[in-house]
Amino acid sequence: MSLSISLAINGRKHDVALDDPRVTLLDLLRERLDLPGTKKGCDRGQCGACTVLIDGRRINSCLTLAASLDGAEITTIEGLSDGEDLHPVQAAFIEHDAFQCGYCTPGQIMSAVGLIKEGMAGDDPERVRELMSGNICRCGAYQGITEAVLEAQRKLADREKPATGKDAA
Amino acid sequence: MNRFDYIKPASVSEAVTEAARPGSAYLAAGTNMLDLMKVGVVGPERIIDVTGLPGLADIEWLTDGSVRIGALVRNSDLAYDTRFAETFPMVAEALLSGASAQLRNAATVGGNLMQRTRCAYFLDPASACNKREPGSGCDAREGENRLHAVIGFTEHCIAVHPSDFCVPLVALGAEVEVESLDGKRTIPLAEFHLLPGDTPHVETALRPGELITGLKLPAQAAAFSGHARYLKLRERTSYAFAVVSAAAALDMADGRIRQARIALGGVAAKPWRAEEAEASLVGAEASPSVFARAGEIALAGAHPSGSNAFKIELARRIVARALALALEGTPEAMPALPASPFSTLSGETSGVAHVA
Ligand SMILES: Cc1cc2nc3c(=O)[nH]c(=O)nc-3n(C[C@H](O)[C@H](O)[C@H](O)COP(=O)(O)OP(=O)(O)OC[C@H]3O[C@@H](n4cnc5c(N)ncnc54)[C@H](O)[C@@H]3O)c2cc1C
Ligand code: SF4
Ligand code: FES
Ligand code: FES
Repeated sequence: MSLSISLAINGRKHDVALDDPRVTLLDLLRERLDLPGTKKGCDRGQCGACTVLIDGRRINSCLTLAASLDGAEITTIEGLSDGEDLHPVQAAFIEHDAFQCGYCTPGQIMSAVGLIKEGMAGDDPERVRELMSGNICRCGAYQGITEAVLEAQRKLADREKPATGKDAA
Repeated sequence: MNRFDYIKPASVSEAVTEAARPGSAYLAAGTNMLDLMKVGVVGPERIIDVTGLPGLADIEWLTDGSVRIGALVRNSDLAYDTRFAETFPMVAEALLSGASAQLRNAATVGGNLMQRTRCAYFLDPASACNKREPGSGCDAREGENRLHAVIGFTEHCIAVHPSDFCVPLVALGAEVEVESLDGKRTIPLAEFHLLPGDTPHVETALRPGELITGLKLPAQAAAFSGHARYLKLRERTSYAFAVVSAAAALDMADGRIRQARIALGGVAAKPWRAEEAEASLVGAEASPSVFARAGEIALAGAHPSGSNAFKIELARRIVARALALALEGTPEAMPALPASPFSTLSGETSGVAHVA
């Protein structure tokens, strides 16, 4: 059976004809839409490497059926920067040495963006670690990751503050 | 993964009509279903995606004080709903101790109830497993069974139900609302999951094609909001299933226990409510010794199903500890490590953490 779905990925609309309903969002991105920034680690929900945002919420794309996403808005690591300007979370990861091999990094960054949006961690490193526990880093860059998430969160909060009396939004 | 037809119904009546056809299975977020399909443990021919069904994603407070939670409410949305978390704090704590933030953002209430065991032999189609393939045997009995059941198992199956969410829910007397072509009915959660007997492949009271539409928590369950905890022992600090867990809730009046609720996770094929242990506390003055005794009573019928005798003593202690923490009072803010014994060391605010 053939299914057609329509998705917005990083702000761009895609009409996708699926000849096979078994395709996960992860495989759709990597294999069919030429967006290999999202990584496949375990393919079973256990490592977080495949984390992307669906309608602003972080999820594991390896356990999401593409067919079920008609009308959804997806954000992947490729859609985070503004041209050459890195997203504050990306910049903070570099600043804090928050990776070594880099394989888990797109998932870590997307997860961090989701975490900051959720707003449940405050400035508590312990809460950041707990809420990032769905992202495994084989290289053990956790110390830098926690620092990067906290700093990016501060920077994003500062950005939101109206700096000159004008509404910054 | 086997091939399947994908169907996304737009109404509950359409969904139950589609699901009545043989070879059909419901799909919610897919965090358990797709995983099982990938390894070949299940292979439905028709997938009925329920995520588009209208009216099943609300948390509704009824005038009698009870609450109705739609089957499609996401685990994280329920846990972070302020009113829900204040009224039923141990349910929120259990939810936040499960899986990861990403999985909780996707996982639905209905899917959480219906998730399958994590027994490694069930998950490996090359192994003998009566649950996956009735009559084939049970490789867990002579295999890796440290984390298997200590209550209510039979020689046919020694698996446990892995849900955290269901543990406080069963303690609080939750009910499951279901619908099929035959109409609607309500099943008490305590009777929803089944012990294995000689039919371990029959896991719930759900009939073929029946759809979970929601869950209900009775108004009386709110009486425990001030003294309720979920405690979960894991083999790593976070992002792991329970070795054993306990939900404990007290309704206190003048230093005495008016009512108590206790349930255990990780010990049986269903979330295990310990009613006799609850009864032993009624009218008692709260003390370490009555809590220890409640732990003894809760595990009275337990015995090892393999190399897992340690779980019995652990479970007794986790019950006593959860009761002691419940007595101290529900924390004002959710602990940084929900349900973790490390962040709940008595008298400390943060306790031992991820990084010591
Ligand atoms: C790595 C990992 C770690 C995890 N850790 C934990 C943990 O620590 N604690 C914990 O409790 N859980 C844990 N989980 C399990 C997780 O909670 C479940 O996968 C999730 O709750 C399932 O919900 P879902 O919506 O994705 O269901 P699906 O995967 O879509 O479905 C699961 C089952 O429910 C059935 N179903 C779904 N909705 C309905 C309905 N409305 N009516 C009837 N049947 C229905 C499906 O047919 C299927 O059989 C973990 C999962 C993973 C992958
Ligand atoms: S314990 Fe149950 S689920 Fe595990 S192998 Fe035995 S029969 Fe299968
Ligand atoms: S690839 Fe999705 S969680 Fe590992
Ligand atoms: S940087 Fe190598 S796995 Fe995280």
